Amino acid sequence: MSSTNVLSTPLPQPPMPAWRRGLRRSLGHRGLVIGSVILALIALAALFAPWLSPHDPYAQDVTQRLIPPAWYAKGSWEHLLGTDKLGRDYLSRLLYGARVSLFIGLATALISGLIGTTMGVLAGYYGGRVDAVVSYIVTTRLALPVVLVALAMAALVGGSLKVVIVLLGLLLWDRFAIVTRSATQQLRDAEFIAAAKALGASTPYILLRELLPNLMSALTVVATLEMAHAILLEATLSFLGLGVQPPTPSWGLMVAEGKAYMFFQPWVIVIPGVVLALLVLGINLVGDGLRDVTAPDGRN
Amino acid sequence: MLSYVFRRLLVGFSVMLTVAVVSFMLLHLSGDLATAIAGPESSAADVEKVRVQYGLDRPMVTQFGDWLGAAVRLDFGRSFYFQNTVMELVGERLPVTLKLGGIALLLAVVVAIPLGVLAAIYRDSWVDRFSLLVAVVGQAMPNFWFALTLILVFAVGLKWLPVAGNTSWQHFVLPAVALGYYAMPSLMRLTRAGMLDVLGSDYIRTARAKGLSPARVVFKHALRNAIIPVMALAAVELGFMLGGSVVIESVYSLQGLGQLAWDSISRNDYPVVQAVVLIIAVFYIGLTFVADVLNAALDPRMRTR
Repeated sequence: MSSTNVLSTPLPQPPMPAWRRGLRRSLGHRGLVIGSVILALIALAALFAPWLSPHDPYAQDVTQRLIPPAWYAKGSWEHLLGTDKLGRDYLSRLLYGARVSLFIGLATALISGLIGTTMGVLAGYYGGRVDAVVSYIVTTRLALPVVLVALAMAALVGGSLKVVIVLLGLLLWDRFAIVTRSATQQLRDAEFIAAAKALGASTPYILLRELLPNLMSALTVVATLEMAHAILLEATLSFLGLGVQPPTPSWGLMVAEGKAYMFFQPWVIVIPGVVLALLVLGINLVGDGLRDVTAPDGRN
Repeated sequence: MLSYVFRRLLVGFSVMLTVAVVSFMLLHLSGDLATAIAGPESSAADVEKVRVQYGLDRPMVTQFGDWLGAAVRLDFGRSFYFQNTVMELVGERLPVTLKLGGIALLLAVVVAIPLGVLAAIYRDSWVDRFSLLVAVVGQAMPNFWFALTLILVFAVGLKWLPVAGNTSWQHFVLPAVALGYYAMPSLMRLTRAGMLDVLGSDYIRTARAKGLSPARVVFKHALRNAIIPVMALAAVELGFMLGGSVVIESVYSLQGLGQLAWDSISRNDYPVVQAVVLIIAVFYIGLTFVADVLNAALDPRMRTR
């Protein structure tokens, strides 16, 4: 009898590796899963747009203007989501538009992240006068109406994809600065920083190799939220005619081009708007989810 | 407290000055104003003529000094496009935008506070989840698109309200909803968080133990303490809304400050654009000042920051 009991005694469990625990937590977070799926689908659509598109997104055909989507009585399977006022295939333009939105979101987050993180880390680490100057710059930036300033400058420089990215990158760094500043303040007096100092590490080494890796989870969260912000602002600028210029397929521009026809063909603005909202929703869900999952107490 | 208010005022004024410098620089450095005003087809001689006529040939510092010196006396010069002074144009349009912002904020507060309170009392119930859903979806929709969709549903579909314009109070309903919807989620979440905080505190337990009615506990004892930060945030949100009015006003053709700025941008009417950017920034600074003082009055720890 005693020999059979050997198997039933619990063996000491090996500790679960950190990434497994992270993955398990992530999969248990409904918002994060939904957001990731939406985001992955749109990213795949953007990536494979040339293969997925049934038509050339720029090809005009005036005999095929404003055909409604396939599920309408007058729709055709030739154009699944219909055509726009110039007879261009809506689905193809939508797929290529995903590229514009995602590219703008990523590029803007990169530029603004670089500016904001530099300012925030320096302010948090040095404190005192540096902190006062950075806080003042942030306060000033927050007082500027973003949409208005971006519009006025885009009008002077001339709207284009590049201009939108640079403008938004130069305007949307405030949250990066605020978050990294307070995170750095909390870590500044941590033991591992003191240890690095005691070992004679240089300040750039401490900031880049010791401090920055510990800010990554907070930075990822801010980056997702700013990506969403940038995508919405690009759509707004393009909608007002000062962002991405035609004939480039941008979702905001598609709404603007459809505006004149929306009373009789509501789908021309509904489709790009819904996709835009879905993308932003997906990014926000991922951002909020990451914040919950990476929080030390692991609440979800 | 007095020294805190004084310090904040000082910061506020210097930020105003910095914003004035920045908005001036942005518009003068991002392109050649004279070329922009003269138009793309004009000759070099025409551009030079425009440059002298508008005083753009003077040194940048002189231009800025003159502009700022006049601006502190609320004189922003004359519009390049109209014969009126910038202040006349702004004075005509500002009431429309303030009305729009005021109604939008009122709508947002009236919806956000009850929803936030309910979400806190019935935590994790369907009310809580619904309010979270409203917040998440609200943040995802582009505002110009939400505004167009409201027109499609309530003006074209149901025919309850006019499509665009600003002749009657009905014209303000849809724009105010479109604008206020974006301020609502953060107000609601803050109300919820504040209420959860307060409802868990000792004095609420005491109030309940005394046998006070639940309504009295929630409204008289809890909400009173949770509401001041919400009011402070509401002030800041109003500042954001004035900045965001440019999009909503252009969709609904409301002749407010935002529409003025937008038209002036497309007409290269830079004195007006500069003035509107500065005025909106001044409103925002004033409103955040109110918010900071409110928060400091409630929580003395904030004063040392």
